[in-house]
Amino acid sequence: MSGTPNLFEQQARNRRQTTAWVVLFVLFFAWLGFGGDAALYFGSVDQLGQAHYTVPWMGIVLTIIACGVAWYSWTNGPTQVLWSTGAAELFEPQTFEEKQLVNVVEEMAIAAGVPRPRIFVVSDPDPNAFATGHGPGAASIAVTSGLLQGLSREELQGVVGHEMGHIRNYDVRLMTTIAALIGVIVVLSDGMGRMFRGGGGRGVGTLLGGRGKKGGGGAIALVILVLWLITLILAPLISRLMAMAISRNREYLADATSAELTRNPGGLAAALEKIDAADAPTTSIRSGVAHLCIADPLGRSANLKEGRLADLFGTHPPMAKRITILKGMAYQQLKAAGQAPLG
Amino acid sequence: MWLLLVIIVVVLVWVMMAYNGLIALKNQTINAWKQIDVQLKRRHDLIPNLVNTVKGSMEFEKDTLQAVIDARSKAMSGGGGVKDTAAAEGALTGALGKLFVVMEQYPDLKSSQNVRDLQEELSSTENKIAFARQLYNDVATQYNTKQQQFPTNLVVGLAKAQIAELWEIEDQAERAVPQVDLSLKPKPQA
Repeated sequence: MSGTPNLFEQQARNRRQTTAWVVLFVLFFAWLGFGGDAALYFGSVDQLGQAHYTVPWMGIVLTIIACGVAWYSWTNGPTQVLWSTGAAELFEPQTFEEKQLVNVVEEMAIAAGVPRPRIFVVSDPDPNAFATGHGPGAASIAVTSGLLQGLSREELQGVVGHEMGHIRNYDVRLMTTIAALIGVIVVLSDGMGRMFRGGGGRGVGTLLGGRGKKGGGGAIALVILVLWLITLILAPLISRLMAMAISRNREYLADATSAELTRNPGGLAAALEKIDAADAPTTSIRSGVAHLCIADPLGRSANLKEGRLADLFGTHPPMAKRITILKGMAYQQLKAAGQAPLG
Repeated sequence: MWLLLVIIVVVLVWVMMAYNGLIALKNQTINAWKQIDVQLKRRHDLIPNLVNTVKGSMEFEKDTLQAVIDARSKAMSGGGGVKDTAAAEGALTGALGKLFVVMEQYPDLKSSQNVRDLQEELSSTENKIAFARQLYNDVATQYNTKQQQFPTNLVVGLAKAQIAELWEIEDQAERAVPQVDLSLKPKPQA
């Protein structure tokens, strides 16, 4: 339960990693800025060895922007994530399924010993669910309408238990911050790339070729510029890969927490089977928040396989393996009860 | 002289910390019990609604209904001790379980939206009681262990700590619950 040291270790690790991501993000922007400044500085050295570009404006401005964006992502990350999926908050449950969802969430909140999170429904026929927020005190759980329609009460409980695990472990804080930051990096990288492919490239060319010809600064400027471009191109890819690796490990943990909370691993196993069987992609969930979901909304085949490639590109562990582990737990439970007929 | 003073201060600080630790656990235990209480009250409030709704359609099941009503009033008049409450609520769970099983035989009841909502509310309350009970038992066990462990046991008198009773489950009543849960499973929509 809530007193195990293991849980505190998980929480502490998630807090640390969130901080690390924010710091890395700011450093990345600082490098883009000051690296650009350095290129301009060495590029602007004339024949007399006099640099014309002395104040690192780009670095200062970008670092300030990065701090602002990080702060914004931190405070508004959950709202952004929910908004991007078009989730609507469930205030007054109308249908039987909605009432049941509210009940199940309340049950799991009691079992996990956390306050009841806010509940959202995404209107999408494909079954999926995700959680977001800053931690147990301020969290939201969102499920698709397809999940509500297709799953039995026990299965729904397993899924909600899984999301409650993410909330209790502070996974939601890490994942949400990552989602928001990656979004910014991707947009920035795309924008910069377009700029260089367009008219911007010529400008840099003249800058390097024109003034710095004999200064020797041109070579240094060129090296920095190449490094700069490489980071810009690779940043979205690397940050995504890192997010995927983080996400994959945590899915197993959340599955285990769900089993611990519901004391019914079979429920989640059955739910995962149903979610897996509905292979249509969850169209309302964009790739930026894919790593938050209980099952990959994009239905990518990389998640089905074991092996090095799947380890690199899958946001989620293979479904078959998750289900096998849960069924193993259910079997252990039966055995511990002395093969008691559990209904 | 100084050494003695240091030792006294260390002992005093320790007593304070041990005392505060016990008080914190005591309050957690009380709070966990209150959470169970909230759910039990909710169940007591829901039952008359259910009985009134199904009364008309279940003319021939007077005994089953009466058993639920009796068990409810017995549970509500309980003294409040953990053991008594557990026994009375266990009996109520059993009586409700029987009622739900019997209700399965009345198709017009099963298809009624009102009954379905009530059943969902009751089974959810049942689950909440079970989860709150887990929480209570966990916290109470921590509290009890702390009281018995050396050297915390030396300040038990000071903190007026008493061994908290765990909510034990009688086998019969509890065995009935999974069966009820299965009968409550909402039929997947066609």
